[in-house]
Amino acid sequence: MTFLLETLAWLVDPANWVGSGGIPTRLAQHLLFTLVTLVVASVIAVPIGFLIGHTGRGRGLAVATSGAFRAIPTLGLLTLVALWVGIGLNAPYVALTILAIPPILAGAYTGFEAIDRKIVDAARAVGMSEAQIVLRVEVPLGLPLLIGGIRSAALQVVATATLAAYIADFGLGRYLFAGLRTRDYGEMLGGSILVILLAIVLEGAFALVQKLVVPRGVTAGLPTDIRDGSSRSRPVMEPTIEEGNSHVHST
Amino acid sequence: MIEFHSVTKRFPDGTLAVDDFSLVLPSHKTTVFVGTSGSGKTTLLRMINRMVDPTSGSIDIDGDDIGTLEPVKLRRGIGYVMQNSGLLPHRRVIDNVATVPMLRGMPKKKAREEALALLDTVGLDRTLADRYPSQLSGGQQQRVGVARGLAVNPNILLMDEPFGAVDPIVRAELQQELLRLQQELGKTVVFVTHDIDEAFLLGDQVVILRTGGKVAQVGSPAEILANPVDEFVATFVGADRGKRSLHVENHGDGDIVVDETGRLAGVLVDAGSSGHSSAASSESKAGPRGPGASAQGGDSR
Repeated sequence: MTFLLETLAWLVDPANWVGSGGIPTRLAQHLLFTLVTLVVASVIAVPIGFLIGHTGRGRGLAVATSGAFRAIPTLGLLTLVALWVGIGLNAPYVALTILAIPPILAGAYTGFEAIDRKIVDAARAVGMSEAQIVLRVEVPLGLPLLIGGIRSAALQVVATATLAAYIADFGLGRYLFAGLRTRDYGEMLGGSILVILLAIVLEGAFALVQKLVVPRGVTAGLPTDIRDGSSRSRPVMEPTIEEGNSHVHST
Repeated sequence: MIEFHSVTKRFPDGTLAVDDFSLVLPSHKTTVFVGTSGSGKTTLLRMINRMVDPTSGSIDIDGDDIGTLEPVKLRRGIGYVMQNSGLLPHRRVIDNVATVPMLRGMPKKKAREEALALLDTVGLDRTLADRYPSQLSGGQQQRVGVARGLAVNPNILLMDEPFGAVDPIVRAELQQELLRLQQELGKTVVFVTHDIDEAFLLGDQVVILRTGGKVAQVGSPAEILANPVDEFVATFVGADRGKRSLHVENHGDGDIVVDETGRLAGVLVDAGSSGHSSAASSESKAGPRGPGASAQGGDSR
């Protein structure tokens, strides 16, 4: 019970909400670090994932490599990179980018793989170039699964980014390491709660984005969507024209 | 005119899909490839727009070897209609129809206007233009697929079992629509099916294929029915089971047409009033089918 009271006291202490070590600053640092890591990991993983998904080649290699990457303990990797590039933010960026790549890569290629091959085949048969197939068919249809991959990476990175404070004065992890050293469990738990809250907010934001990027035609036609459809554009929802009388219009 | 010159296709796994196939597909006529699965009929069709390249041999369109043409450019000039329509699910009906003209650089506004006109051509109500494919019935989707195939006003229209996935009533309707369209537009149609009745209904030239892409018989429906070259063709068209040997029996109520098995096939009527009789449909094929032959050809583009 005292832990919780201490935590609460720490969280509401105005002194903890100001300055370079204050909660808003560290929260912003933590969020920025997470977003930059996701962007860098996406820049690396998305094109490779699209290439694998589009060509259907290299999937086995990607699965094996991703699996191996996932097995790397992030703290160990962080220490290793830090020994190589030194103290500072570079080492956490490298370590967490490596953590973020596998889910994003998997999201990118499974997004493409989940598309009905007949749709891609038809797009090619009517004369789309390979680039047009990727950009106009596979990316829009595969986007929800890609966002899902980034969402899962975001969750891992935002939690693991606490490790950045292990070798730099940075982010919400600082409260954990500092609290651990001074046995200030209120500070530790308070920091943890902040990380958890940030993770929940990010998760919610990505869940929303993931829902928004589902192309409308994919959800359209489901019985529940009928009412939504009519409110979006005027002539969409007239009663179905029966096959039998539809060719009346042709003469 | 499409010419196959000793075309052979062997897939990387060793399957011989097409074996030394030569044939001329005349312009403005419908050629139907018909055969069981594994007969290479779809492979033959897909070689015309270079979705599949032959292992050896060549294919000419109007005298040009298509092996020398850039595949993407070639495909944009050939209409393609596939089973299950193959429409882009994330695009509205109108944008699906306008896709290829826009790929060829037509301004969006003009492409959409023409797409709307094409919906009329294939007998779809214009109010469906803003729907997504998933909001249409199977038959309607197939019509949109045909409209998309016609969108660049191609000389050649490839149709890969386009009516295979719709119910028999809608299929019969779509078949009649295609006959009407063909009378108006006079395209060089290449049609693939496994349904011999569909082949006889739609084809000016019917190509019966046996496994491995070997031609069993080529001819007009009447020629094939009258003279099946061998057992395989006879079996395929149903002649061996007596399905095609019809005779008339007088039952008192009228003249009934009966096949060899005793199954009642229809009634005998005067040729003048035979518009809806299925027995007469192959007869009407003998009439002129070229462009301009139809009195109601006013809608042709």
